[in-house]
Amino acid sequence: MEASAQRAGKPAEPPAAKPGKVSSRTKSERKLAWMLCAPAVIVMLAVTAYPILYAFVLSLQKLDLRFPEQTEFIGLANYGTVLSSELWWLDVWNTFVIMVISVSIELVLGMVIALVMHRAIFGRGLVRTVVLIPYGIITVVAAFAWQFAFANESGFVDALPFIADEKNWFGGHISSLVVIIMAEIWKTTPFMALLLLAGLVTIPDELYEAARVDGASAWQRFVKITLPLMKPAILVALLFRVLEASRVFDSIFIMTHGAQNTESVSILGFEQLINRLNLGVGSAISVLIFLGVFGIAFLFIKGFGVKVEEGRPGGG
Amino acid sequence: MGEKFETRRAKRALIVVLASALAGAVLSACGGSSSGPPTLSFFVAIQPGGTIEATAERCTKEADGKYTIKPELLPNDATQAREQLVRRLGAKDNSIDIIGLDVILTSEFANAGWIAPWTGKQKEEASKDVFPSVLKTASFEGELYASPFNTNTQLLWYRKDLVKQPPKTWDEMIEVAEELPEAGQIQVQAERYEGYTVWVNALIESAGTSILKSPEELDLEQKPTEEALEVIGKLAHSSARSPELPTSNEDTARLAFEGGTAAFMTNYTFAFASAKENAPEINKEMGAAPFPQVNSNPAKPPLGGFNLAVSNYSGHKQEAFEAALCLSGEKSELTATELDGLPPSHENLYTNPIVKKAYPGFAGLVKEEVEAAGPRPVTPAYQDVTSAIQRTLHPPESIPAEGEEGKYDELKENLEAAVKREGLL
Repeated sequence: MEASAQRAGKPAEPPAAKPGKVSSRTKSERKLAWMLCAPAVIVMLAVTAYPILYAFVLSLQKLDLRFPEQTEFIGLANYGTVLSSELWWLDVWNTFVIMVISVSIELVLGMVIALVMHRAIFGRGLVRTVVLIPYGIITVVAAFAWQFAFANESGFVDALPFIADEKNWFGGHISSLVVIIMAEIWKTTPFMALLLLAGLVTIPDELYEAARVDGASAWQRFVKITLPLMKPAILVALLFRVLEASRVFDSIFIMTHGAQNTESVSILGFEQLINRLNLGVGSAISVLIFLGVFGIAFLFIKGFGVKVEEGRPGGG
Repeated sequence: MGEKFETRRAKRALIVVLASALAGAVLSACGGSSSGPPTLSFFVAIQPGGTIEATAERCTKEADGKYTIKPELLPNDATQAREQLVRRLGAKDNSIDIIGLDVILTSEFANAGWIAPWTGKQKEEASKDVFPSVLKTASFEGELYASPFNTNTQLLWYRKDLVKQPPKTWDEMIEVAEELPEAGQIQVQAERYEGYTVWVNALIESAGTSILKSPEELDLEQKPTEEALEVIGKLAHSSARSPELPTSNEDTARLAFEGGTAAFMTNYTFAFASAKENAPEINKEMGAAPFPQVNSNPAKPPLGGFNLAVSNYSGHKQEAFEAALCLSGEKSELTATELDGLPPSHENLYTNPIVKKAYPGFAGLVKEEVEAAGPRPVTPAYQDVTSAIQRTLHPPESIPAEGEEGKYDELKENLEAAVKREGLL
């Protein structure tokens, strides 16, 4: 924190005082800074650090609310149970498949929509608002809408041309996954588009003009100018979406509840926690999901050098 | 100086006003329940006909100022209703007094210490004239934990205009349905949810074995279990299956039957009243027959319904027991039959005109079915057992029709882990 504060300091300022020799004014300013931060820090600790630590403590116990008298400390055994279970790895795979397919399609579609929004000549505000509508709808509500649309008896999809009238979409593994992924894409492409648009507007028009003068085609301009300059925005958008998609829950919960092998790790955790009331194993799954999400974020930030707060790769 | 003083005083006055307002709010929030007759909250699944509201109102009136019963309606789906209850009870929530408990939940809630056992005179009154099969669903380790409210069972509904004689066995039914030139579907419940366990359990029971011998011991004899699973496989691979088989529940079954595509349907008694309202033409031809059997053994129809329990965290247990007795009494059961078509759990009520009117011509059959019913396994780890069944046997198409090696070994292995609450489910 101190280091970044120093780095952020303007170079015009006189060289920082030597370590150990902090003026009393700096001292009191630091104190004030801490006091101003304190409420936020305390709230953050209470609502994030405490539940995470508590989940970790729970995950070390044999703890089933239905059998309260059998509670005992069992170390890492719950993690062994989870990691040695075929079901866990099956659900990790399902989550991975849903994440990769939905995020990659979202990226392409989001980019197209961002370009359209950026280049829209009239009705810019309207276009941007309309595009955002799916993202503004509560996921559970959207999931119900998709479920009803594809339902066997009442849905309209089976009545469309080129689709078998009696197709039971939620009656098969692949078709269920297709609907779930489509719902995810429909719902979060606007978010992706908006983040990409933010990156797009930062590219100066002069670059395109210069390229045009040099005779670059539209595709060349996109590949040589737009994409490289948007890399930071793309990485940030990908990071957010990958983190979100790796915890996919609502759509699956509403549409199949995990049937037809469409279960994600979040659904699995929910089943252990809420359905079986097995807080030990369920918390172990929660902690593992947390570590997974943490790992993804770490990879993006350290590996690809994403700077979330600035939306650009860090150069140190 | 004086001005500054004035603002300071105004500030202080404001703080005093705010503080007292806050204190007042806190006090009134706490004090509401401690003064005057208590309000008992009654958490129970919603009944669209209005049974819950009507009985709560009547029992409040009969209490004559001793307590007020306030219904808190839960979702109709058994799993969702349970979720809401366990989240509250797991956190020792004292805002629940009376619980409408699905028959499968008694042992789980009793073992967790969430519900209080019934004793003495009240126990006697709660169990008087109740079907023994229903009473079992309200008991755990020899104690009565709930007062039976309504029961429920499935019948075989068939189209009298298409089928002269209702089939006795599942095999017979599939054969007859396959021969029908149209409307030959058989409607059951095979979505991955509790209703699928209901069906599987009825088949296994009818085949001559049970899922559990005791809360922690499997029964599941191989030959009868395989025969039961074969029925599912046979239907799933038959032309008599409906396209929505793996996503079918009570409601999709009812809709298809009312729509005229099915000749047969196994479903609860509500289906009759529903068809009467939505599809009177179909209802005219709707026959009720005993639940089909698997082989020559007698059928063991499913058993559903609600029992009323008193929460251990309730601050007004005595009143809650009294209220639960009234809510589950004969008068309330008849209200449930009249408004929502739910069968009473008291055997002496089946000659009552209200019951006879609700089940024209088949009140006696409903009674016989409840008596013959094969309840679902009784164990505190019921959720694990039902999850294991659903996960192993869903989708129904995954079970081979016959000849090939079935899913018996897998089912047994998963159920063994489930009763010990091992692994992930």
